[in-house]
Amino acid sequence: MAEEEEFTDINGNSISLDCQTHSAFCREFTVTSPKLSLRKVMVCTCFIWLFAYAVFFFTENTTVLSSAIILTLAGMMIHIHFVKVDHETLLIIGSLGVQLSSSYASGRESTIFIEMSKLKDIVINEAVYMHSIIYYLCILIKDPADPETVASVVPLFQSSKPRLNCLVHVYRSCQEILAQTS
Amino acid sequence: MVLKLFFPQCCNTADSGLLVGRWIPGHNSAVVLAVIHYPFIPGQVKKYLSELQSQTQVDLTVLGSWSMPKEGQEGMDSFLKDLSTIFPQECWLQLSREIGKRGFTCQVVQNNGRLLQDREQKNGEGDKIILIHYDQRKVMLSQLHPVQDVGQKSDVEASELRLVFQTVAQSQPLFFLDKYDDGPLKLSHWQSEGREASIIAELLKQASVPVCIFLTWLLSLWYWFCMVLKMLFISSKLSTCVQSVYRAVHFRTVFSPKKAGTHVEFMRKANIFVSFLVDIALGLLLISWLYRENRISKLADTLVPVADRVAKELQELLEWLMGAPAGLKMNRALDQVLGRFFLYHIHLWISYIHLMSPFIERILWYVGLSACLGLTFALSVLSDIVALLTFHIYCFYVYGARLYCLTIYGLSSLWRLFRGKKWNVLRQRVDSCSYDLDQLFIGTLLFTILLFLLPTTALYYLVFTLLRLVVVLFQGVIHLSVDFINSFPLFAIGLRICRPYRLAEGVKFNVLCQEPGTPLHLMMEINPLKCSSVLQCYRTPTYSCYPKDSWAALCKKLFVGELIYPWKQKTDKTD
Repeated sequence: MAEEEEFTDINGNSISLDCQTHSAFCREFTVTSPKLSLRKVMVCTCFIWLFAYAVFFFTENTTVLSSAIILTLAGMMIHIHFVKVDHETLLIIGSLGVQLSSSYASGRESTIFIEMSKLKDIVINEAVYMHSIIYYLCILIKDPADPETVASVVPLFQSSKPRLNCLVHVYRSCQEILAQTS
Repeated sequence: MVLKLFFPQCCNTADSGLLVGRWIPGHNSAVVLAVIHYPFIPGQVKKYLSELQSQTQVDLTVLGSWSMPKEGQEGMDSFLKDLSTIFPQECWLQLSREIGKRGFTCQVVQNNGRLLQDREQKNGEGDKIILIHYDQRKVMLSQLHPVQDVGQKSDVEASELRLVFQTVAQSQPLFFLDKYDDGPLKLSHWQSEGREASIIAELLKQASVPVCIFLTWLLSLWYWFCMVLKMLFISSKLSTCVQSVYRAVHFRTVFSPKKAGTHVEFMRKANIFVSFLVDIALGLLLISWLYRENRISKLADTLVPVADRVAKELQELLEWLMGAPAGLKMNRALDQVLGRFFLYHIHLWISYIHLMSPFIERILWYVGLSACLGLTFALSVLSDIVALLTFHIYCFYVYGARLYCLTIYGLSSLWRLFRGKKWNVLRQRVDSCSYDLDQLFIGTLLFTILLFLLPTTALYYLVFTLLRLVVVLFQGVIHLSVDFINSFPLFAIGLRICRPYRLAEGVKFNVLCQEPGTPLHLMMEINPLKCSSVLQCYRTPTYSCYPKDSWAALCKKLFVGELIYPWKQKTDKTD
């Protein structure tokens, strides 16, 4: 069962939430960020190359041009491999744990799995940043020595930063599963 | 409660039989390790399992039955149900799979005969089952980080995944029986297609013990020699000696005939061994470069002129200081005294170098051969040569610093006298004191003298401290690179690149698409450790401790005139 609705992130860009129910206690939420815009890439590249050409015009040194090309290529590769996140997934399996995965534009995936025994709760927290209040979903991790205290907080969907309406969907489903299996 | 079953991928297509594994204590889950096929005698199964239990310290039991019926095996189901009476368990699992379908069906029978099925029920009651598929060989070889020792009694309960990994790793003897064995039992697991072994590996294992014993005996001689050297004061200053002692200690760990018990010990041994081999290889490369075209003689020939040149530059510097350096006016008499004193030192030094010059080439030729002991040795020798050649700069720095230090102490003490105060040694504080008139008179006189001599001593101190810092910087760079070669865990990084499943940070789950009516199937894969964590975890500890002083403390020491020793090494005895 998959659902798709219109959501935006905190900056106003449109994102999409996909919710898949694999079984009664296993759900997967995927938040997809807007893709890399071609216009931005072209503008950036043109800017850098025009600047390099201007420098070449004055210095008559071809290494400036080749280094500009290499710099642009390297920068683009680093950006799509390490910086640009395509989609983020939250897979919650009742009584086993929660898996967070970020998939980058180049296809690389980075995954973390948090076991249920370490997980205290999933909550929506609010953060005050300058003039705005940002809501974020986070996982509270138990301290192994003292189960009542919170050892650390793992924020979810850090790159896509969805707004509260999207977070509430995810929060409700997660709490259903957590209530069922504990 | 949800029941979790860890099922090995190699048993997906196994024939019908009994499931052998372990119930994970404290969590509602079980790990399936192997499938015992028909026909079998229940008594022999029980005997085999109890033998393995005593061998591996893992409480193996029969978990249930596995049925994958082929044509002509229709009567299996009832036979399988009767098996639960032969092997009495609290919970009996009945896994079954049909050819052509991908999902398994699972039924759990409790001890009191209550049958719990994995069907969606209206009232929401009933156990649910998750089947987690795992790659048995990878999980067996993998090590979860942060590493916790098996026998260690920790107050933190081991997590479920850690227990699963430990169970599979400890059950290695279970996987020794393959399908070519003529025993009474036929098992299915990752190695049941036939155990792999290599003759070379076996021969190396057999040969390694006597070789290790011989090398340990050799090393004990070297170690005794190093201990004797340590008695000399100078050995702690020469980095070559320190490096050789450090290497000797390492080899004791690597070549000890005892097999490495825990994962951490094994990785430490392997890292030291590999880094030692790479060190030797780089050293031999350096030798082949140095001795080709007789470069070493050319190097030796340029050494004496370079030392001469350095001495000449120092002389010119002193002449400049004795004049009016940077337009400052010095105290003529003190200037001349200090300048002549240092010039005489340089003259002695140059004569010493000229005395040594016919022997330098031979000495350097033999010393260069020591690079066959490793690149780190060659770098340590270079650092020592630089230290010896710049010994006069070190001496000048010490003289300048002591003089400046005395001046500063004198000034501060007389300044207190000027203000009518005194340092109370007993109470370690400044107290007021009434002085006699003649004490005050002499004190003020001395204070004035020292104050006017201060710029001269300060300038000499500044110049020689800067020179000393340049030499220390160069030695520091060499020291850092030696440290890097010593501590870099090459084996761990190689393992992370070539066999990423060996060093695991955690696991990843993938949901496998299933048919309706079957329990949830997940695929568990190993999430390898990040390279930065590998470096942090497996760095070999080295003998150098970085300067304990922060920058502020260092600046204060320089200002007051205390001698600085930036590269203090860890000593065994407490000072």
